[in-house]
Amino acid sequence: MSTLTIRSLRKNFGAVEVLKGIDLEAQNGEFIALVGPSGCGKSTLLAMIAGLESVTSGEIRIDGRLVNSVAPKDRDIAMVFQSYALYPTMTVRENITFGMESRRVPKPQQDEAVKRVAAFLQIEPLLGRKPGQLSGGQRQRVAMGRALVRDPKLFLFDEPLSNLDAKLRVDMRTEIKKLHNRVGKTTVYVTHDQVEAMTLASRIAVMHQGEVQQFDEPATIYNRPANMFVAGFMGSPAMNFLPAELSQEGGRPSVALQSADGKTASLPIVQALASDTPRQLILGIRPEHIYRFDPDLARRKPGIAQIDAVVELVEPTGAETMAVLRLGGKEITGRFDPDGTPRMGETVTLGIDMARACLFDPTTQRLI
Amino acid sequence: MSNHDLILSVPAPARPWRERLGSAMPLLVLGPSLVASFVYVFVFTGWTLYISLSNSSLLPTYGFVGLDNYASLWANRRWNIAYNNLFLFSGFYIVGSMAVGLLLAILIDQRVRGEAAWRTIFLYPLAVSFIVTGTVWSWLYNPVDGIQALVRGFGWTSFSFALASDRHYAIYAVIITGVWQASGFAMALFLAGLRSVDQDLIKAAQIDGASTFRIYRKVLLPTIAPIFLAVAVIQIQFAIKTFDLVAALTKGGPGISTTFPAIYVYDLMFQRGQIGEGAAAAIMMLAALAVVLVPYSFWVVWRRRKEAGHG
Repeated sequence: MSTLTIRSLRKNFGAVEVLKGIDLEAQNGEFIALVGPSGCGKSTLLAMIAGLESVTSGEIRIDGRLVNSVAPKDRDIAMVFQSYALYPTMTVRENITFGMESRRVPKPQQDEAVKRVAAFLQIEPLLGRKPGQLSGGQRQRVAMGRALVRDPKLFLFDEPLSNLDAKLRVDMRTEIKKLHNRVGKTTVYVTHDQVEAMTLASRIAVMHQGEVQQFDEPATIYNRPANMFVAGFMGSPAMNFLPAELSQEGGRPSVALQSADGKTASLPIVQALASDTPRQLILGIRPEHIYRFDPDLARRKPGIAQIDAVVELVEPTGAETMAVLRLGGKEITGRFDPDGTPRMGETVTLGIDMARACLFDPTTQRLI
Repeated sequence: MSNHDLILSVPAPARPWRERLGSAMPLLVLGPSLVASFVYVFVFTGWTLYISLSNSSLLPTYGFVGLDNYASLWANRRWNIAYNNLFLFSGFYIVGSMAVGLLLAILIDQRVRGEAAWRTIFLYPLAVSFIVTGTVWSWLYNPVDGIQALVRGFGWTSFSFALASDRHYAIYAVIITGVWQASGFAMALFLAGLRSVDQDLIKAAQIDGASTFRIYRKVLLPTIAPIFLAVAVIQIQFAIKTFDLVAALTKGGPGISTTFPAIYVYDLMFQRGQIGEGAAAAIMMLAALAVVLVPYSFWVVWRRRKEAGHG
């Protein structure tokens, strides 16, 4: 049983305000991902939870206990660092027991714990080696072993996968997910990789410029981003933003866009709009919600709107093909099945899934 | 005939002289210093070795006398004192400067205010030559107008501080001066080492519940162990060729109590015209250095191989 509660937390480095009132909470056993671009304050926030950075104002509670001025060692946390931070002169076994050694845990108990963790992470053959003799993935495991052996209240991960190569990163991501499912500890995980956040977390806090932009479940973050920053940050390729004007088309609200042939196409809006909706809007469409139009599709999916666009560039990735399209004077990216790939220079009729589109207020950048 | 052969069979066009000069340039530039290093290090070392086995006196002569020079060298009490002093001085000088340097480095590593100023102050003795250091410290040790006179001037009239003028303790005066001069250098290297350690290690150790003392002892100092060795090796060659410090500080005295091998060699060769025995003494100094440096260089090579092996 362990929870984390953060209330209006602030952090200043001199005159620079790095965190501007953070509110977060993690239920028992939850996996919280802090995600954001570099410099958004996510690592500082993690360091503050760990007690490695002081708190300027606000409060951090672990299991309801205020820990603002509690030393890191007394917070009952374990942390996995981006650089792994394995003690280079100690063997893997000594690395794992260093914390227990510092806390004067009796020797037999230490051996027991090492045996348990080594079996759990399958690192028994590595126990006698030094970190310099391990591969990146093995070091990662040992770093997790050192965290696990303590059986802490809270697990903190600081971009643990960013030093690994692409393939290993995907493997270790799966490992971390499995590990969390088995251990079920409350975890805070910092990453700049939105895919990691989406795949691992039970809830994601998207951070930008020292503020939490949105704190919600992955599906909500992805489908109903609170603002244009979240919409643009989560998802790859990024969501397309098109300035559009609100109009009425046959009694239903719609947005007008410049089509490829110079005419104005109007796309009906599916969602209900409030009466004070501004006339100028930003239409947000994810690349995977852009299709090549065909009548069959329109029958299957209600809310498909037609519009013509010119294909400017085609980028095949194998599993799918990205196409850069010119629409309404802007470039947008569409994600297509390789079989139905549009050709460069072609004018295609697109079917846009308006039921999945997001509308943003251009002044506040918030979701409407 | 494979493709490879085809390419080789095309006659190479005559290379313009400019290009040839260009490729020979590194050799041309390095050549003089390579030749000079080779002559000064290996040829002269060999020559010294040869002279040490000869009956040379005022000028080199080449009558072979075997190990006679060595025998007479080791029969000399002054040489024995010098050789003893060398080991006493080297030991204390290296350990002392490393201990003081490490202490200073750890203190400065605590993010003290005005760090750059402290660093400069402690490093400054290194910028002063041994002659100046020796001269200044000889004034400080001088009972008539040095530290003793100063403290007596404050009113403590029975105060006695005559380290350099006592023949049992004069060697320690040399050691203290040497440590003063060298510990700033050790500090700079240790501090650079401490600062190059991944800061995450310290954070990890803090979370692991280790005290500051334990973090230094178990994590930081073992991590910078190679720097200890580097400092020791650099200091040892300073120690063995110690000449100017002693020459300026005590001139080998009182009596012969702070004679060093380098002083002894100088004496034999240029004052007393015993080049053969002087060369033998110089070879003994080389032997003292080799005892330390040869294993060290083997160790360095071994380590490099081992690291390369692990990729």
